Amino acid sequence: MPQRNAILGASPIRKEGRAKVLGAAQYTDDLALPDMWHGATVRSTVARGYIRNITFAHEVNWDEFCIVRASDIPGKNVIVHLMQDHPCLANGYVNHPDEPILLIAHPEKAALLRALKNIHIDYDELPGVFTIEESEAAVKALVEKNDDSRIIWPTPKADYEGGPNCFKTYEMYSGDAEKTETGLEAAFETADFIVEGEYATGAQEQLYIENNGVIAECFYTQQGEVESVCVRGSMQCPFYLVHALTLVFGLPDDKCRVIQVETGGAFGGKEDFPSVIGSHAALLAMKSKHPVKIIYDRAEDMAGTTKRHPSRTRHRTAVRKDGTLLGGTIEVTLDGGAYATLSSTVLSRATIHASGPYKWPHLRVRSKAMATNLPPHGAFRGFGAPQSLFGVERHMDRIAHTLGLTPEEVRRKNFLGTGDTTATGQPLVDKVDMQHMLTRALNEAGYHEKVARFAEENKHSLIKRGVGFAAFMHGTGFTGSGERRLNSLVYLDVLEDGLPQILVSSTEFGQGTNTILSQVAAQTLNLPYEDIRLAQPDTSVVPNSGPTVASRTAMIVGKLVERASLQMLETLRLQVHLPADHTREEFIAAAKAYRAQYGTLRASARYEPPAPIFWDDEKYRGDAYPGYAWAVYVAEVAVDMRTYMATCTRFDALQEVGKVMHPVLAKGQVEGGVAQGIGYALYEKCVWKDGHLANNQMTNYIMPTSADLPPIHVHFEEVPSIHGPMGAKGIGELPMDGPAPAIMNAIENATGISFCTIPLLPEDIFERVQSLGHPHGGTEDLDPSVDRDTRVEEVSA
Amino acid sequence: MSLVHLTINGENKSVEVPPMKRLLDVLREDLHLTGTKEGCGEGECGACAVLLNGELVNSCLIPALQANGTSLCTIEGVSTEGHLHPIQQCFLEKGGAQCGICTPGMILATQHLLNKYPNPTMEQIQEGLAGNLCRCTGYMRIFESVQEAAKLQNAGAGA
Repeated sequence: MPQRNAILGASPIRKEGRAKVLGAAQYTDDLALPDMWHGATVRSTVARGYIRNITFAHEVNWDEFCIVRASDIPGKNVIVHLMQDHPCLANGYVNHPDEPILLIAHPEKAALLRALKNIHIDYDELPGVFTIEESEAAVKALVEKNDDSRIIWPTPKADYEGGPNCFKTYEMYSGDAEKTETGLEAAFETADFIVEGEYATGAQEQLYIENNGVIAECFYTQQGEVESVCVRGSMQCPFYLVHALTLVFGLPDDKCRVIQVETGGAFGGKEDFPSVIGSHAALLAMKSKHPVKIIYDRAEDMAGTTKRHPSRTRHRTAVRKDGTLLGGTIEVTLDGGAYATLSSTVLSRATIHASGPYKWPHLRVRSKAMATNLPPHGAFRGFGAPQSLFGVERHMDRIAHTLGLTPEEVRRKNFLGTGDTTATGQPLVDKVDMQHMLTRALNEAGYHEKVARFAEENKHSLIKRGVGFAAFMHGTGFTGSGERRLNSLVYLDVLEDGLPQILVSSTEFGQGTNTILSQVAAQTLNLPYEDIRLAQPDTSVVPNSGPTVASRTAMIVGKLVERASLQMLETLRLQVHLPADHTREEFIAAAKAYRAQYGTLRASARYEPPAPIFWDDEKYRGDAYPGYAWAVYVAEVAVDMRTYMATCTRFDALQEVGKVMHPVLAKGQVEGGVAQGIGYALYEKCVWKDGHLANNQMTNYIMPTSADLPPIHVHFEEVPSIHGPMGAKGIGELPMDGPAPAIMNAIENATGISFCTIPLLPEDIFERVQSLGHPHGGTEDLDPSVDRDTRVEEVSA
Repeated sequence: MSLVHLTINGENKSVEVPPMKRLLDVLREDLHLTGTKEGCGEGECGACAVLLNGELVNSCLIPALQANGTSLCTIEGVSTEGHLHPIQQCFLEKGGAQCGICTPGMILATQHLLNKYPNPTMEQIQEGLAGNLCRCTGYMRIFESVQEAAKLQNAGAGA
């Protein structure tokens, strides 16, 4: 009999790991269906305009091809996310470069490339907007000059919430709105200092190594009408694609079947996007009457699919000279791209995380997501939090430098603790000890010793070294009332052999879903880990346990698996007298006996909101998340003032995650997230040319290689949460939040220059140093104690 | 069309393919060895890495005709009769594989590295795997897998 508590917290081998190391795991492109055709997408070459003419050149025999146009769509020409503004295929008008216009399919994949080159599209081009600032300027032109030439998101519109060119806005107050405004006024009047700052982040490509890909089939009635569609492919959220297909085809849910196959990385990039490519392949299958596979190549995937929202965050903060925050206003602005997709929920998470892990007596956060003529931005690990946390964690260092305090002192003055309430008014009931977290993280990293030593060494060296840190939190699960709406359901079956199978729509894409859910079931059922199986996520078989996003799988779905397992045990104990403290053999015997008597054995668990959880969507107040993971990350950097190259030389990541379910996987999650965060800060730059991603290749979009990364030291603290299985909280996105601000803080510590925009590449450092009038980056001129760009108003007392 | 002779994982194969067809596609489409993956198609990511006459190459950059007469090892040839190679075992146990799409190339790169340096330093590991991109792990678990595999192989060789 396995020992209790032996499975959760141990590191059994990854469920699907053996197939992966053998190269036997079957990803979408490894699959083929009989008589399968291959599909491709004809995309716009301009950012905005009317399609005037489409010409098919005579060099190609088009009779061999299946061609799908917007007019072929049997249902609505829309890819549904939260709104219905996103066309499945452009119909006469394009709103961003690389927007899908036509679909083609052919039995031979090799024929597609030549065909694509022989379709010519003429446009009447319209002026586009490509940055947040240009989008805002377009609104200003509308208001002041009645010039709507650059209003790309029309107004009025029924399901539209922001304003011209604006998808969504939020206004969040730390208390009653009016009282907070009065409090803010007083805070800014009585403050010793008012510190302002502006912080910006760039787009980031998810860069999963397996590109987006799907295979679709269409089935017909005897009368030749579309009866059902089936799409299998690389994705995070099978039921999102079901929803999209129901609209495109006008079919009920149960006629749109979606099957997730082995998925080679996702990171949010396969959350909303499979709705697009999945609908496209299904349309080609419908019209060609063949199964159709669409696999993007890297260039198409990078140019045509979603990225992390670029952002701009502005802080204005009233502080006492001892570092106490008196009040603040924060404005968060995201670039949503050409269609609304998930921007409103990304903005929501950005808004809530903008305040950081701090107590704000008076706080107002205003946020908005602007429309631009870039391809729509979408989900990427962190989902808005990395953007706004970058702002607040750079700003805390700025406040410290302004006040002549250390970054540590300012944070210690203001950390949230047990019993405090967050900026949304959520009381922190579970233990939170950021003071201890900071102490431990700084010790693990040798921070204080390094601050002193580097300051001394930097005087005599052109390699400037520095250390910096970021303190932050990440909410687990959907924001606010989101989990209540998802209403997730999990099944647990016992199969013929008397052993269990978990049925969920939660998907594995490297992060360990299969493994941790099996651990939870094995632990709860008191069975060996190897005995637990998972059904393939096939929407005709598994219940909807929600999307695999938002760091929700371990905590929310894990808890449901735990509850279903307990229910199964109870059933077996009551109905067929499974003894307490049963052995594996006793479980199998009881399960078989139950099946013999009753036919099938299925336990289920549906999400129940924890009783005290309350959220007000109107006022944006209440319990934003059932739980938070807390962290302090410390970065050490070296900046070479001859090459202007900044390198992260060591990284320490300390996080409090409730319960570490699988130490090897958990470390892997954190290290992988930190690596993406280092890329976000120092390497990964999206270069846009009139809205088209100009560097849509791995050759010139640089993600960190094994030779670029420093040693990453991962440390955990455990404070079990009642909301997760055996106390676990979510950690999937957390590690994406901290690296960028920690690294920029370290670079300021090293060079004395405050960089507030990422990514920060050598040419950016070069230009900045040049503009500061230090052509050679001489040591004397780069005194770390001098802060040259903080704008400070000293308020006379 | 050209007739191309290859020794793949110890077996002799002949395929008739266009001379400029990518070796990657010959492996996946003509020989149904789908363990070799495509990540970027331009020799940056290493997902399609195989050993060609013992050298680590990106099969997306090799025209079929150039591979004529060579001996290839793909991921399918690393294990023997379903028994994991020590490198595969270590990737499995140490968390070197997450989503698994870079894993075949990464394991072949490791094999190449350990053939060259049975006791690699951390710099040699970092350098040796720098042509194989992994977006999931941050490479730390992979480094550990490689170090453990080196240990295992050396213990095996000494026994």
